[in-house]
Amino acid sequence: MTATIGSALDLATLRRDQVEDFLFHEAALLDDWDLDEWLALFTPDASYVIPCNDDPDGDPDRDLVLVDDNMLRLSARVERLNSRRAHREYPHSRTNHQVSNVRLSPPDGDELAVTAQFTVWRFRNGRATNYVGRYHYRLVVVDGLLRIRAKRVVLDMTTLRPAGDMAIIL
Amino acid sequence: MTLAHDLPDAATAVPAVDEDPAACRFRVHRSTMTSDRIYRRELERIFAHSWLYVGHESEVRNPGDYVRRPVGGRPVFMVRGAKSGQVHVFHNTCTHRGAVVCRKDAGNAKVFSCFYHAWTFDSEGRLIGVPDREAYGAGRDFSTLGLKSVARVASYRGFVFASFDADIVDLETYLAGAREYLDLVIDAADGEMEIIKGTNQYCINANWKLLVENSIDGYHAVSTHDTYFKYLLSLGTDLSTGVSGSATDLGNGHAVIEYQAPWGRPVAKWEPLFGEQAKKEIERLRQQLIARHGEERGRRIADTNRNLLIYPNLVVNDIMAVTVRTFMPLAPDRMDITAWEMAPRDELPQLRQRRLDSFLTFLGPGGFATPDDIEALESCQQGFSSGGVQWNDISRGMGRASQANDEKQMRAFWRRWQEQVGATVEEDER
Repeated sequence: MTATIGSALDLATLRRDQVEDFLFHEAALLDDWDLDEWLALFTPDASYVIPCNDDPDGDPDRDLVLVDDNMLRLSARVERLNSRRAHREYPHSRTNHQVSNVRLSPPDGDELAVTAQFTVWRFRNGRATNYVGRYHYRLVVVDGLLRIRAKRVVLDMTTLRPAGDMAIIL
Repeated sequence: MTLAHDLPDAATAVPAVDEDPAACRFRVHRSTMTSDRIYRRELERIFAHSWLYVGHESEVRNPGDYVRRPVGGRPVFMVRGAKSGQVHVFHNTCTHRGAVVCRKDAGNAKVFSCFYHAWTFDSEGRLIGVPDREAYGAGRDFSTLGLKSVARVASYRGFVFASFDADIVDLETYLAGAREYLDLVIDAADGEMEIIKGTNQYCINANWKLLVENSIDGYHAVSTHDTYFKYLLSLGTDLSTGVSGSATDLGNGHAVIEYQAPWGRPVAKWEPLFGEQAKKEIERLRQQLIARHGEERGRRIADTNRNLLIYPNLVVNDIMAVTVRTFMPLAPDRMDITAWEMAPRDELPQLRQRRLDSFLTFLGPGGFATPDDIEALESCQQGFSSGGVQWNDISRGMGRASQANDEKQMRAFWRRWQEQVGATVEEDER
């Protein structure tokens, strides 16, 4: 379920609190490891991209990035993380996705560009690490519900070293 | 936890790398992975006396281009001299009173100016600016106060190495049999190879030698990377060929495994991951390789995978993509890893896209395989601290002609390591 039940959303009149509800819902699904539901938030043509720390403007068609998933690979990522064979995430980390400073751009065609700051805490094996950066979303409304067409995660840490790796979903 | 000792001549001490060919037994004492004393000895005996990878010439293509990074744990920078066109590797410290002179990770500069007292150096390292020079006595010779080059700098086909040991053998001699395999990687390109923009800079809480072993370990592929092979299978890849090939000791601690594997190679072995439309293009690349290098070598470049270790801490893995990876211990149980992707410079954009795609399915801290290697290495390190078991077993394949999923290549590393470090353990710690 999402916070939008009861009234179909319209991109042109979308308010920030409605977008925040959606992003907070997404964060909760990730923290609950409900990855199948999380995956359902994406459109079939969606992308999920994380550039390298030293190349925040990196273009996945040209540059090396940390993650460049289309729906095929994103589904495989979810399937992997749901299995007991993704050893880095078995057992799963406890995560805490914190989303703030949500800002909406004016709608562009059928899309809404949204940015938000994030801190993702990850706890596993007695170790605490965190990821800090900015989300860049391109959201669309499908059948009255918000959906993600693109999620680009730009890290602020100068290297990935403090966090170790990128085995979880940000 | 047991400690390794400094006294190799102690009556009761035995080598920490213990080889018994008659018993087909090769074992390494776990103190080599946990001892602070051994770690310090590695810094002194290995990292101060090896050729260490600095970077690739393509990263500093134009005059004045520079990259800054630690090498062997020391901050240095590599710059292409504007006048000479030569690639220099300098200690990153002002010759006046020490501040770093290169303060960004990459860029282009005509001069490197120390912000502290504004001493200024050109891209060849010469001291060209000292404010109030007249304040110094007439006899003060500034010509000797240029940036200090690392003791030895040399490159092999674009791979730039440096050594802090002025007396080390020349780079080509040092590389020994590894040159042939670097050539095979580089010759996949019709022209130059280049490092693709974007760097994987991650860390692992484990001993650096665990990553040496892992980077050239064919044995773990099927068990550890089950989800990766499942992904390939879902795309229609035939997994029945498995991983098969051989391991080679290349001398001086270098080693390689060379093998066939189910995954595709951007140069030049098609697999479903690349898509139907890529078939023709990859076949064309393959035919070009055969035309350039002959049937045997052409096919070898196209079809076979190479996991190459250049002692002590450079890995060039020419697999579903080419990764160049170096790593440095920060403590016995922690290392920093820096990894890049390498590709032919003139590669068509579509092929480049598929190469990037192929890399990410397996490699990198967000890939479908590398995170599980990280977990394996940290798991080993945690296991060591449990105690009870003192030795790691590296004997696989001793009784037969070595295969790619054997451990001969690791034994080559460990023999050279032991030659340099001379680690021993007391009898009561065995």
